Formats: sequence, C-alpha cells, structure tokens
Amino acid sequence: MIRIAGAGWPTLLYKELLRFWKVAFQTILAPVLSALLYLLIFSHVLESHVTVYGGVRYTEFLIPGLVMMSVLQNAFANSSSSLIQSKITGNLIFMLLPPLSPGDLYAAYVLGAMVRGLVVGSGVFVVTLFFVPSLLAMPHPLWALAFALLGSAILGTLGLLAGMWADKFDQLAVFQNFIIVPLTFLSGVFYSIHSLPPFWQAASRWNPFFYMIDGFRYGFFGQSDVPPMFSLALVAGCCAVLSSLTLTLLRRGWKLRH
Amino acid sequence: MTAAVEFVGVARSFGSVKALAGVSLAVEEGEFFGLLGPNGAGKTTLISIAAGLTRADAGTASILGHDVVRDYRAARRALGVVPQELVFDPFFSVRETLEIQSGYFGIRDNGAWIDEILHHLDLTSKANANMRSLSGGMKRRVLVGQALVHKPPVIVLDEPTAGVDVELRQSLWGFIRKLNRDGHTIILTTHYLEEAEALCGRIAMLKAGKVVALDTKHNLLSRFAGITVRVGADRVPAAWQPRVLREEGGLHFVALDHYADLEMLLQEMRKEGLAIRELALLEADLEDVFLKIMGGDLRGAPAGAAA
Repeated sequence: MIRIAGAGWPTLLYKELLRFWKVAFQTILAPVLSALLYLLIFSHVLESHVTVYGGVRYTEFLIPGLVMMSVLQNAFANSSSSLIQSKITGNLIFMLLPPLSPGDLYAAYVLGAMVRGLVVGSGVFVVTLFFVPSLLAMPHPLWALAFALLGSAILGTLGLLAGMWADKFDQLAVFQNFIIVPLTFLSGVFYSIHSLPPFWQAASRWNPFFYMIDGFRYGFFGQSDVPPMFSLALVAGCCAVLSSLTLTLLRRGWKLRH
Repeated sequence: MTAAVEFVGVARSFGSVKALAGVSLAVEEGEFFGLLGPNGAGKTTLISIAAGLTRADAGTASILGHDVVRDYRAARRALGVVPQELVFDPFFSVRETLEIQSGYFGIRDNGAWIDEILHHLDLTSKANANMRSLSGGMKRRVLVGQALVHKPPVIVLDEPTAGVDVELRQSLWGFIRKLNRDGHTIILTTHYLEEAEALCGRIAMLKAGKVVALDTKHNLLSRFAGITVRVGADRVPAAWQPRVLREEGGLHFVALDHYADLEMLLQEMRKEGLAIRELALLEADLEDVFLKIMGGDLRGAPAGAAA
C-alpha cells in the first residue's frame, strides 16, 4: 500500500527555492539594487576621503563588503521569513506532519537560505564588475567562496532560530533590525577597522560578522585586517555551535511542536 | 491484531488547564471511528499527539504499532491528518501543493494518484489555480487531498466539513466511505452529530479530557438514548408523569428504559380507561445520547470507558 519513501528534505529545499524564485523581484532584484545604490553613493562620497589597505581603491574595497553583506542579509531573510510566514499562516503543519527529521528541516531551510544569499551576492558581484572589472582577477577565490558558504550557513541558521523564536512578524523585525543589521553595518563593510579609534577596533573584534567580511575580502585582495586562517577557524566554530544549538532545539520541537 | 491507533494513559496539560487526563483508547484497523465531545474536551489535543504535533506529558500513542515519538517516521508515514484550521501556502497552485506534500513523504512521480485525488475531490478543473484564488470549501478539499498523498492506512479528519456546502459534503463523504471500504481506518471528529451517526461504527465521547463513553453507535443509542414513545391521549397515568419529556397538543412524549416498559404503560392506561388515539415509537439519535452523556446523566457506568 505505502510506497517505499525516500528522503523528504530535497522537496522541502525545492519548496524553499521555489518560494523565493516566484517573487524574485522582491527577493533577488531588490537587494541587488540596494547594494548598487550603496556602491554609487558611498564610492562617490568617500572615494577620495577614505584610505583602506595600501594599493586598494575605496570602491574596490567596498565591493566585496557589499557582496558579503548581501549574502548575509539575504540568507537570514530567507529562512526567517519563510518560517515565520509558515508559522503565522499555519501551513507549517504541512512540514510537521510528514516524517521529516530535525536534520531534514535544518538542511532544507539552511541550504535554501544559502542559495538565496549566494544568488543575491553573485548578482551584486556581477553588476559591480561593470564598475571595477579588475575585481574578477581574485588572488584567492576559494577563500572567498569558503567565507561566503560559511557566512550564508550561519545567517541561514540564525534566520531559522529567529523564525522559530518569533511568534509575530514584529518580533522578527526586532531580531533583524536590532541584531542583524547593526552587526552587518558595523562589521567593516564600509571601512577597514584599522581606520577606527582603538575602542571601536577592539569592539569590532567581538563581532563575528567582521571576520566573515574580512576573510571574504582576503579572497579579493590577498590582504585582510586579521589573518584569514584565524577568521576561518572562528567563523567555522560559530557555524558549528549555532548549528548544534539549532538542531538541539529542532529535536525538542522548541516552539514548533507544543 | 495491532491497533490502527492506540492511546495508553495519554495526559497533557497546558499551564493549569488539563487538556487530557489519562486517555486510553484503541481504534482497530478498518474502523470508521468517531471522536465526539464539546469544544475544549481535548479532541484536537488527542489528535495532535497522534500526529506528533503535540507532546504528551504522560502515556504513549502509536499508529499501527509505531510509537509516535520513538518511531515517528513510520508512525507519520502511516497517518494522514486533515487539520481543523483552514491553512494553505499562498505561493503554490493546487497541483504544486499536492506534489510538494508527496515529496515531503519521499514520494516522487505521484501524478497518477494526485489526478485521482483531484478527481474524487472535484478539483480537477482547479489543479493549476493558485491556492489563494480558491473558496473556503475548495481549500478544505485540498487539505483532504494533502492528507491522502501518501495513501496513509490511517486517516484522521478533524472537523473536516466545517465550511463545506451540503452538496460537496456528500461527495466528500462518498469518497471517505470508499477509502474506508478499501481498508483505510478513518477517525473523525465532528460537531455535526448526524454525520457521526451516519458514518461511524464506533464512537468515543470525550469530556474534560476524559473518555466518558466508548462503544458501538448501536449500543450507545440503545443504552443511553433509551426509547421514547409518543402517546396521543387525554393524560398518562400519574405514576408515569415523571417520565414525560414534553407535551404538545395532547401528545405525550414518554421516556422508556426498555421495550417491556411499553407493555406496562399500555396496561396501566387500559386499567384507568384512557383511550389511546395515537401511538408511535421514536427513534433515538446521537444528539440525545450526546446531550445525556455530556450533561452528566450517565444512568450507570459508561460502557467500556477507559478500558
């Protein structure tokens, strides 16, 4: 009677991808446009005022930061908004009734978030190449890729946590506006932390997003504020801790199964 | 034989509210089982525990012998649930909704069965319509379809006909009956007692988180509803007056415990020289049983309750 069933999570991943693809104007094109606006405004205003690393123009420096910021913010937005919408509309039940394990739910939501983040990030990168084509000649593309993957996984996981925790859109907005946005804006997207006063330099080192962006930038310039291996270890550690926390909460059905 | 669904000592509280106070209940394979009770009796909590949506504080639940917590994959594969709330995902069409639901159960290429479901639920013409554009009744039928994509041997319907118009209700029940004939176990909660009466073979009644009655429909009707006789006469003998349920224009509705009581009533009326103008036995319905049980008038211990 019942057919032998395979894994259900690829379908949940497919659903997650279809969900943002169907509203691509809002989920892909809009964030690419905002990143482009940041680039035009900041590079116009700051190009001749801000010094970053030796030999790197401000606009060049800014672009990898904007790409990574887009990756991070969109990865977070994807898993968090998908989950909260399902919770509020009640259709989360369609995912809770089937035999999807906590690991299945985790894999599908986080991979979906990573794809959205990486698609938007690639979009921003492709568009900005018109302004600075030389960026294509990255000295360490694999480093950049490693940070993009880990960063999007972390933010996808944070989005999943925020979506589980929040009972209303309002609470999710608090998480996003008071935690995610400040941490990304104050992570060195728009400046090198070496240009900051000592106190803020020290404070930035407590911000995990700083290491994601700094490490990502290393892939483009072969230079960074902290050694890339250190950043990689720290970011991978964050990813491992957050993932195991999220998996534990999913196993307990925290705020999902009552 | 393994029970289709079995609850053993299931208890659950929400804060200080005891939603379920130790429910034990077994539904056999192939049954059409009714779960009745007033709002807040714990029906939905019980179903949610079977579906793994809610955790029990104590006790166990299993589907075809698979514990819903320890062996949740097998338990969930064996169970299809039509939820009470009218929920849908606005991003997808009817067919996408059913395909995605199949995929969650690991089933690919489910097109032939989906077509059959769409046909039986009268949704074929809406297959490619977005969920948002459907009426409430149609959305409800998609929910039924979603519960059936993996051909579950056990199907639970939680208030499935709320908001569905009469004609569609009939076709929906036709389909569910067919599934039951094909061997699926059906568990139904409903507020429409006439639906439960028409469909269910065995019925459990829940009240304040406890099973207060559990028996076949037939036994419940004869046990709790008793027999009502409608007698057209000037009056009934004084000894029978306490048994009169109501009086309407010379018609006395008298409650009897047994058919033997009818003989007694007629004898006494003859003795007092009361002419009988009209006499009819009224069939009991589930509503009488329900009201009697929920009102606490149990006339003895509930049959098989908490067995």
